[in-house]
Amino acid sequence: MSELTPDLVRHLAGLARILVTDEEVNRLTEQLSLIVDSVATVNAAVAGDVPATSHPIPMANVFREDVVEPSLTQAEALSGAPESAEGRFKVAAILDEE
Amino acid sequence: MSELIRKNASELVDLLSSGEVSSVEVTQAHIDRTAAVDSAVHSYLHVSPESALATAAEIDRKRAAGEKLHPLAGLPIAVKDNLTTTDAPTTAGSKILEGWIPQYDATVVRKIREAGMPILGKTNLDEFAMGSSTEFSAYGPSKNPWDLTRIPGGSGGGSSSAVASFQAPIAFGSDTGGSIRFPAAVTGTVGIKPTYGAVSRYGLIALASSLDQVGPVSRNVLDAALLQDLIGGHDPHDSTSLPESLGSMVEAAKRQDVKGLRVGVIKELNGEGFQAGVKARFNESLRLLEAAGAEIVEVSCPSFEYAIAAYYLILPAEASSNLAKFDSVRFGLRKAPDGNPTIERVMAATREAGFGPEVKRRIILGTYALSSGYYDAYYGSAQKVRTLIQRDFAAAFAKADVLASPTAPTTAFKLGEKLEDPLAMYLNDIATIPANLAGIPGISIPNGLADEDGLPVGIQLLAPAREDSRLYQVGAALETMHEEQWGKRMIDFAPELEVR
Amino acid sequence: MAKDELMNYEKALEQFEVVIGLEVHVELNTKTKMFCGCRNEFGDEPNTNVCPICIALPGSLPAVNRRAVESSISIGLALGCEIAPTGRFARKNYFYPDLAKNFQTSQYDEPIAYEGQLEVEVPSGKTFTVLIERAHMEEDAGKLTHVGGNTGRIQGAEYSLVDYNRAGVPLVEIVTKPVYGAGAEAPELAAAYVRSIREIVKALGVSDARMERGNVRCDANVSLRLHGAEKLGTRTETKNVNSLRSIERAVRYEIQRQAAILAKGGTITQETRHWHEDKGATSSGRPKSDADDYRYFPEPDLVPVQPSKELIESLRAALPEQPSVRRKRLQGEWGFSDLEFRDVVNADLLDQIVETVAAGAKPQSARKWWTGELARIANAEEKDAAELAITPAEVAELATLVESGKINDRLAREVLGYVLAGEGSPSSVVAARGLEVVSDDSALLAAIDEALAKQPDVLEKIREGKVQAAGAVIGAVMQAMKGSADAGRVRELILERAAQ
Ligand SMILES: [Mg+2]
Ligand SMILES: [Zn+2]
Repeated sequence: MSELTPDLVRHLAGLARILVTDEEVNRLTEQLSLIVDSVATVNAAVAGDVPATSHPIPMANVFREDVVEPSLTQAEALSGAPESAEGRFKVAAILDEE
Repeated sequence: MSELIRKNASELVDLLSSGEVSSVEVTQAHIDRTAAVDSAVHSYLHVSPESALATAAEIDRKRAAGEKLHPLAGLPIAVKDNLTTTDAPTTAGSKILEGWIPQYDATVVRKIREAGMPILGKTNLDEFAMGSSTEFSAYGPSKNPWDLTRIPGGSGGGSSSAVASFQAPIAFGSDTGGSIRFPAAVTGTVGIKPTYGAVSRYGLIALASSLDQVGPVSRNVLDAALLQDLIGGHDPHDSTSLPESLGSMVEAAKRQDVKGLRVGVIKELNGEGFQAGVKARFNESLRLLEAAGAEIVEVSCPSFEYAIAAYYLILPAEASSNLAKFDSVRFGLRKAPDGNPTIERVMAATREAGFGPEVKRRIILGTYALSSGYYDAYYGSAQKVRTLIQRDFAAAFAKADVLASPTAPTTAFKLGEKLEDPLAMYLNDIATIPANLAGIPGISIPNGLADEDGLPVGIQLLAPAREDSRLYQVGAALETMHEEQWGKRMIDFAPELEVR
Repeated sequence: MAKDELMNYEKALEQFEVVIGLEVHVELNTKTKMFCGCRNEFGDEPNTNVCPICIALPGSLPAVNRRAVESSISIGLALGCEIAPTGRFARKNYFYPDLAKNFQTSQYDEPIAYEGQLEVEVPSGKTFTVLIERAHMEEDAGKLTHVGGNTGRIQGAEYSLVDYNRAGVPLVEIVTKPVYGAGAEAPELAAAYVRSIREIVKALGVSDARMERGNVRCDANVSLRLHGAEKLGTRTETKNVNSLRSIERAVRYEIQRQAAILAKGGTITQETRHWHEDKGATSSGRPKSDADDYRYFPEPDLVPVQPSKELIESLRAALPEQPSVRRKRLQGEWGFSDLEFRDVVNADLLDQIVETVAAGAKPQSARKWWTGELARIANAEEKDAAELAITPAEVAELATLVESGKINDRLAREVLGYVLAGEGSPSSVVAARGLEVVSDDSALLAAIDEALAKQPDVLEKIREGKVQAAGAVIGAVMQAMKGSADAGRVRELILERAAQ
């Protein structure tokens, strides 16, 4: 029924940045397949030209004026960070480019 | 045990404003109650007695000095732990946020502070509000005060159990698919999900942005009205918050008139799958309303059949994006991976360690629903189902002023009973989900005890968008009829908790 | 970095047709960011212009900057675009540490402006029509600094630091349709197009448009196909080309690199490439992959933008003159020949000359300074003349000093050197270094007498009518005065002496 395969689950976990073991992939594939089969029924419900609703209450043109509001101090901004240095958030090396 | 804790919030408000009791007395009574019972109930993830008493003392001082105070000044409140507070950790029930002290207050929290309401603590919830039982809290489940072996509903089981066990007179909940109303139903309390946008979401840790709504949890309809009148209204920080005022809920709750009111019974939410005791109490309440001059009509909402499916696509999709910010960079947990610690691997290891199984399941499901090649079939179709459900409601509200259904198909189930069966767990929300998909308001009020297990059941009332006041008007009327019939409040039937 | 094989440029164009596509990101100069009230300011201390929204603290929500929307509409109108009756924000989901929410709030299938066009003149005088596909609103990312290893490079860095001051700065991304038929002039067209965009946004006043600060950034898509082929070739997208000359060089480089691969029967990898100004080469970045599944979906936290006809028309009425009209006007005002004017435009010096003339210089001397000495120095330093450390006002001051005879051309060049070295304004350099032309006749007369003593027959020759004989004495005097004499005055004095 479901198109969910362990490879697809592994790929989705990668997109979502969640580390998964092979065992977890198998368990998730099994659980999610059941759920996906069940929710896939939405497809049958909407034959024809039904518009999509992304916002439950239709509204438009809600703006903020271009006026400066107080920011956090640097210390406040960094207060929750696992690591920081030189007034910046510190992260491990990024290796996916160049 | 101080008698103060059993009083409705509206009664406490009167006692406080007349000066018969002090806020310190009221606050201390609730702090003492929590010290006595919360080891058994586990409503709170964090209690803040010192700051609550400090606020209370400040209000007492101001009142003594004759300063003009907000009507709710001095009334203590419990706050669901997915609302940010600068003076208490905010975890959303997740390990990934353990110990995080937010740098800002949620708008609703700012409002209760400005009104002078002492904050008793932060209440337990399913991790990121994903669940119907609080069993998915990373910090252990809350228990139902009516039966400690049962769930108090979810995700806001901390708030419902706190209010039901007299640890707080009133509390905040948040409702994405029933997380205020379902816990209210199974704990014999009142829960309201206002119209989407009636209350600011700023500072509510987002689960599904287009479904989430903050609302009151209380033991009485008028109490909830007092809180909604305080927290409602436009917030420039929330672009989806309604620009207009919805009027006074307190006035509506005092109106209590159902003569000539058309009550629509949703055919699809009163049949198969609903426990006998739940249905029996529901039908009795319809008769009560009828006797008071309301007209009962049947309405049909055929698309509700697809509501759960649509919900379990839209929610995970939005959640997968909302929860992407938990990446170990600016706040929260950081977990070093085995081997080469590149940022990608640190993020993935952190999210693996910090998120529980239900959260991971939903994130991956949501990622799937949005990914290229699947978007149209899943997320796209779900958004269309949403339109169909709105059309069903529009047709139903052409025939009825309010709609009614049982809040949940069953009474509180046993802890652990549905933990391994996500689909069964999802079915609890069948009656509550449509209101979130359509953005309309819904209330659950106590509706008696089921014959088969003696546990609370709830009745849900729904109104068109922006017509929250109808829920307060009809809810309060039905509540009064019930209390006249029972001779006391439903919560007064709850067994005494063993006090430590 | 492996060295690429390049085909001779002319040969490449004989074999292949070049198709380019350009994505230009323009940072708006609003006072605040796109979705929060933090200052939109370049160069402040790191993480001081940040708030819960732009560092994506849990619970925070965006709110759209009205001015940014209006600026975006103005840009769309200036590019001849249609303005969408409904524009919607969408989330573009991908993890990267400079993106606090791990999604970029952007626009996807409903951009604010679409279907425009721009006339672009290349250095040869030829004009091309570049079709604009869309212009959409989005937010900038934070700034990463890579520390350790090969300093500043992502590769080999030990760790990275993130500053979110720039996160959430409003951007308008302008995307062209594929541009055909530019042939050998494709690199010049790419640069000229970006120059036109800069002129437009500067004239609109919606961006500071300083490329060296990243206010305008360009990604250049290049693909080749055999002449007469129907199917487009595989394209590469070169990022990080942030000056007009780099754009030209990068496009030329990609043409030569791709041609060499295709000619050998190889295939082009669809990938992003990075431009290295120092090496004059592009290098391979990330190939397009499944990870580019951005899972766009409508931003639930923001409502659609539906600009009224009145707003659009009032913004249209406020548009400044078209760049081509402005150019014609300026050429007329300045009295430049076609060739002179084209040189100015192609050297991207229009704005410099406008400002220099505004500061009091004569148009021709402003032109001479910028296209002459300053262009020569900039060229030697491999940058744009506009990037030199001298302001148009200082150039005007220099020109005025020469016109008034205070300094001569040779001294002016010397003064310029000191100004560029940071010694201050031209007049303060002249004063501090005593570089004025010697206008003290007694000093000149002493030098003349000394020279005449060595060439006693000169006065006689002059008296006989051989005035050119004065030249030898002038030369000697100038030498003795080390150039700081006004040659005209020296000549006058010699002639006076001969007449005595
Ligand atoms: Mg973009
Ligand atoms: Zn900000």
